[in-house]
Amino acid sequence: MLDYTWLLVAIPLLSGLGLLVWGKESDAFGHLIGTAASAASFVVGAGAFIQLLTRPESERSFTKPLFTWISAGPFHVEMGYTFDQLSGLFVLLITGVGTLIHIYSIGYMAGDARRRRFFAYLNIFIAAMLTLVLATDYVVLFLGWEGVGLASYLLIGFWQHKDSAAQAATKAFVLNRVGDLGMALAIMTMFAHFGTTVVSDVNLSASMASTAVATALGLFLLLAACGKSAQVPLQAWLLDAMEGPTPVSALIHAATMVTAGVYLVVRSNGVFDASQTARTAVVIVGVVTLLVGAWIGCAKDDIKKALAGSTMSQIGYMMLAAGLGPVGYAFAIFHLLTHGFFKANLFLGAGSVMHAMDDDVDMRHYGALRTALPVTFVTFAFGYLAIIGVPPFAGFWSKDRIIEAAFGQSWWAGLGALIGAGITAFYMTRLMAMTFFSQQRWLDGVHPHESPRVMTWPLIALAGLSAFGGALAIGGWITDWLAPAVGEAVEHDLPVPAWAISIVVLAVVALGVALGFRRYEAQPVDADALTDREVSFFTRAGRHELYGNAFNDAVAVRPMRHTVRTLVYVDGAGLDAFVTGFADRLGDLANSLRRQQTGFVRSYALSMVVGAFVVLLSLLAVTFA
Amino acid sequence: MTDYLTLSLLLFTIGAAGVLIRRNAIVVFMCIELMLNATNLAFVTFSRQHGTLDGQVAAFFVMVVAAAEVVVGLAIIVSIYRTRRTTSVDDASLLKL
Repeated sequence: MLDYTWLLVAIPLLSGLGLLVWGKESDAFGHLIGTAASAASFVVGAGAFIQLLTRPESERSFTKPLFTWISAGPFHVEMGYTFDQLSGLFVLLITGVGTLIHIYSIGYMAGDARRRRFFAYLNIFIAAMLTLVLATDYVVLFLGWEGVGLASYLLIGFWQHKDSAAQAATKAFVLNRVGDLGMALAIMTMFAHFGTTVVSDVNLSASMASTAVATALGLFLLLAACGKSAQVPLQAWLLDAMEGPTPVSALIHAATMVTAGVYLVVRSNGVFDASQTARTAVVIVGVVTLLVGAWIGCAKDDIKKALAGSTMSQIGYMMLAAGLGPVGYAFAIFHLLTHGFFKANLFLGAGSVMHAMDDDVDMRHYGALRTALPVTFVTFAFGYLAIIGVPPFAGFWSKDRIIEAAFGQSWWAGLGALIGAGITAFYMTRLMAMTFFSQQRWLDGVHPHESPRVMTWPLIALAGLSAFGGALAIGGWITDWLAPAVGEAVEHDLPVPAWAISIVVLAVVALGVALGFRRYEAQPVDADALTDREVSFFTRAGRHELYGNAFNDAVAVRPMRHTVRTLVYVDGAGLDAFVTGFADRLGDLANSLRRQQTGFVRSYALSMVVGAFVVLLSLLAVTFA
Repeated sequence: MTDYLTLSLLLFTIGAAGVLIRRNAIVVFMCIELMLNATNLAFVTFSRQHGTLDGQVAAFFVMVVAAAEVVVGLAIIVSIYRTRRTTSVDDASLLKL
């Protein structure tokens, strides 16, 4: 199966492109083809992974070149894939969760006239994401990187007739370009200093390179990761990206694509191991983002945006772990996997709730839905317990290890992660209480109903994964498994024993839950949000996404708009006026000359006679002068 | 000898004036013929004066061209007359911007 890993990418790519060009006849069954393609990809991936499991540990990195993509002088890019411990786990996550979301989408998008197109885009996304994680070469990785960006753009703007969706898609695209700049610079730096863009060679060369080069490379890669993973300062696009259909938010903007930045950092472990500065920068970005995301998650009434804030925050945890170096890489990936499970679960649950509430996303119009939507409620509760980190659910195992590792590195990173865990518990309790508990605040004419089976089965599957995903950590399996790919973890000394940290974390989580319960379950919730003037500064700032958009507007958008206006003015009043003015004068001249052509034969004859006389006279003058 | 040249000059001047002044296409055409014959006369005169045949050969060429020109010119005039019921050259003034 390992030899046929190229099928992983080829199947969904062919299916996606095929569905796009196939005409209306395929409307009836296009979604089935798309789902089958994703499932086939999962089967191939699972087969390859099992084969990897049976191999001895030293042979678990399988690289296969397919063909030469670019060959120009010393620059040589081989199209090929590397199926190793790290990419294997990613393949399973992408195709596994991806297939579940494909199935869910059959029900969710049932009423949409453009469902076939939606599945085509989803397939293309799967293909691009697999290209990204299987890439042997950074240039191939960049190809997948741009591919998922394109798919994300197309899917955020899937309902392009809505102005807000079109704008959100553009915003995501533009902010991702800023990150891609970092990626392009990183690849150029690699080639300039190491002469290669092959991932393993770059990692090897980075360990021998000067610190300055490694730091520059690390910071460029971090910029790329910030763009793709919606980390501060390039975080503003993710909340707007919720304009896309909910399965897209679950697959792309929660489980897989936004974690590509974390994958990039972990994949480039050699670079980050060589530069303490770059690692510290990653940790700072991670801590800031996990707090910012949690803050925003507390203030949003839109269920999807609250979850989006939560996604930012959880990816902040992964970044933090990845920035800790070899001790954290495995935990970053572990949290990425469990987050993929429970966040996809939560988003699909939110989609199911929206489905029941006539696509209303305002949690203030929900309440007491647990009896109306029993399956959604139970599965959502599994995701809830997993994300806040209640043992034995998946999130506990991954998040606890990250906080522990953070404390082992520096007290401030650990403290940030600990506070973040408390806030996570608070905002998730708020979301849970406002949606499923407290009192009914439904709008008139809304009759909640449970979603069809095709939507609840993926929810149940994901709930199971949220519950038991932590099993990957039993006996430190995931750490040992990933060690050959990301480097051996060094034992670190904790200031206090690990069990003490776990207890403190659980206590903080319990405090967060209690606060959330007291505020949103014990007290009634208003059906209409208070206006900005009536709420505290913290809520106001959270609602406005900590003024990230205002900052971007002030720093980038408005100055650029003024520059463009000035340039347009200079172009119109200066250059254009000169060029068109000259042309106008020529036109006037031609118009006056036009009058010479009267059309009267006799006047032409007269001018000929006069001309002949002139010629004759001048000849005479020349001859006799 | 000077008499011939004077006659040629007179005929040419009459022809040129006719082309410029008269509106009837037939008359204008006849005036053009007059100018051509005036030049023929000048050619033959100079040929005689210089004692060479060059001028006479040129006169023959002019006659041939004039004959061909009459064929084409008269055909054009007839077709204009058929479509416009007029032979005035001033009425055929469409060739302008």
